[in-house]
Amino acid sequence: MIQVDNLTKRYGPVTAIQDVSFNVDKGRIVGFLGPNGAGKSTTMKILSCFMPATGGTARVAGYDVFSQSLEVRQRIGYLPENAPLYPDLSVASYLDFVAEIKGVGRGERRGRVADVMERCFVTDMQNRLIGKLSKGYRQRVGLAQALLGDPEVLILDEPTIGLDPRQIAEIRSLIRSLAGQHTVILSTHILPEVSMVCDGIIIINHGRIVAQGTESELVQQVFPTARVEVRVARASGDVAEALRAVAGVVTVEPLASRDGAAGFVVESEHGRDVRGELVRLVTGRGWELQELHQVGMSLEEVFIRVVAGEQVAPDAVVLEEEAR
Amino acid sequence: MRWLPVFKKEMRLYFGSPVAYVVFVFFLVISGWFFSQIFLFYSDASMRSFMQPQFGQNLNVIENVMRPLFTNMSVVLLFFIPMLTMRLFAEERKSGTFELLLTYPVRDGEVLAGKYLAALALYVVLLALTLLYPGLVAYFTRVEWGPILSGYLGLVLTGAVFLAVGVLVSSLTENQIVAGFGTFGILLAFWVVGWGAEFAGGSLRGVLQYLSIGDHLDGFTRGLIDTKDLVYYLTGVALALFLTLRSLESKRWRG
Repeated sequence: MIQVDNLTKRYGPVTAIQDVSFNVDKGRIVGFLGPNGAGKSTTMKILSCFMPATGGTARVAGYDVFSQSLEVRQRIGYLPENAPLYPDLSVASYLDFVAEIKGVGRGERRGRVADVMERCFVTDMQNRLIGKLSKGYRQRVGLAQALLGDPEVLILDEPTIGLDPRQIAEIRSLIRSLAGQHTVILSTHILPEVSMVCDGIIIINHGRIVAQGTESELVQQVFPTARVEVRVARASGDVAEALRAVAGVVTVEPLASRDGAAGFVVESEHGRDVRGELVRLVTGRGWELQELHQVGMSLEEVFIRVVAGEQVAPDAVVLEEEAR
Repeated sequence: MRWLPVFKKEMRLYFGSPVAYVVFVFFLVISGWFFSQIFLFYSDASMRSFMQPQFGQNLNVIENVMRPLFTNMSVVLLFFIPMLTMRLFAEERKSGTFELLLTYPVRDGEVLAGKYLAALALYVVLLALTLLYPGLVAYFTRVEWGPILSGYLGLVLTGAVFLAVGVLVSSLTENQIVAGFGTFGILLAFWVVGWGAEFAGGSLRGVLQYLSIGDHLDGFTRGLIDTKDLVYYLTGVALALFLTLRSLESKRWRG
């Protein structure tokens, strides 16, 4: 449904994205992840036909975004960053304008507008001026205008920004419900959101794609070895040495001890589960096993590893805790 | 034809915000003041012509009331039209709504047509409100409507050029104040350029005279519709709108 090949965009001397290529199949929801300024919005602006690329091609629903822009624009719903809207129009009259410009017929316009207002929870605000709405409501009106005209492809730039936790949950389930009939590409820097909403993930950094795939594929790619955290109390002798001797273990790194228990991160060979062996070793020696669990598998760590691998200043990585 | 939704949206914005009302009120107050002064002066002159009939020979409502009124209104428009057009593109670019507008299935030309026609329609409504003045004249005396209508046609055409220039300047900047002042400056320059014709010689004289906006209105206010003037106004509108389209396109490329 979306095919992007070697897309490049330069703003004068600044290269915003470089050789970006990816495909999104019909009915899938793909999350675009990346630190601020990585090129997520630029890619979305090109896909939505707002501006042409410097090089490469992008096709949406089989049409080229540059040479067949009108056809593409008939089939997309776009929510730009920060949902720019007309402050002097009321919600209902704004959505009516969008429906009309998207070619929704006069007869069904009313029903369609009412429908998207319902789905985006803005019905009770329909007669308010957009300028008087809170950020969360404006964001939802922005989403409502993207859904109008029932587009095949939705391009959503940070759809849940500025919403409160309950609204975030509602909008996520709304986006989730679009899967199947609609192809969705959304950007965010809230990592749990991607895990929850998206089928596929594309991580972009400094204008290049650094990893893409499903969450489990990314974890596999980035952490080919499995890691296990072990905490042992009442140990005697060199615990690290003993752990290292277990078959399949590659490295053992000590952690700060906690409550008198020594901690270690044990990295094992790829595809080999050493947890059973570790338990037998610890209990066999008469030590006390306090904790044992797998680590390093979360998307967050994948993201940090991938992005830091590209030498980004740590403050460029914005990780937002989900406030639920 | 997708220009209609843009047109309706612009109309909603004009009338949903104070812009249209403020422009209407002040334009009518100022032009009404001009009209009352001119008309009082004229009625005073006609009273005196009872006493001295030789003065009455040159008295004519078209020549002595409507023509000065049209000229005065066109000068006032120099100030008012930039305020109607300055937000059309600049505001949308500044607030980012333009980005969204351009991703709807609508051509640049349709966006431009919607916006320009909305401004033009608002302007025509404004002019229609001033029909009160010739109406009042007709109540007191007999008037010929032909030159009045041709005068209004001249004002519509002058306004159409002013608006097209305003739309062009608005498409060049994100700053509404720059758009407003830029338009005013350009219009004023085209207004005063004819003054230079008096001291210019040869072909330059003709060129300066032809460029001057005010000179072309003169014929219309006398009831004279000259193709030379029509061509001037229509090419002015077409040129400004064409340049606006090019400017929109180049903005898209530069991102």
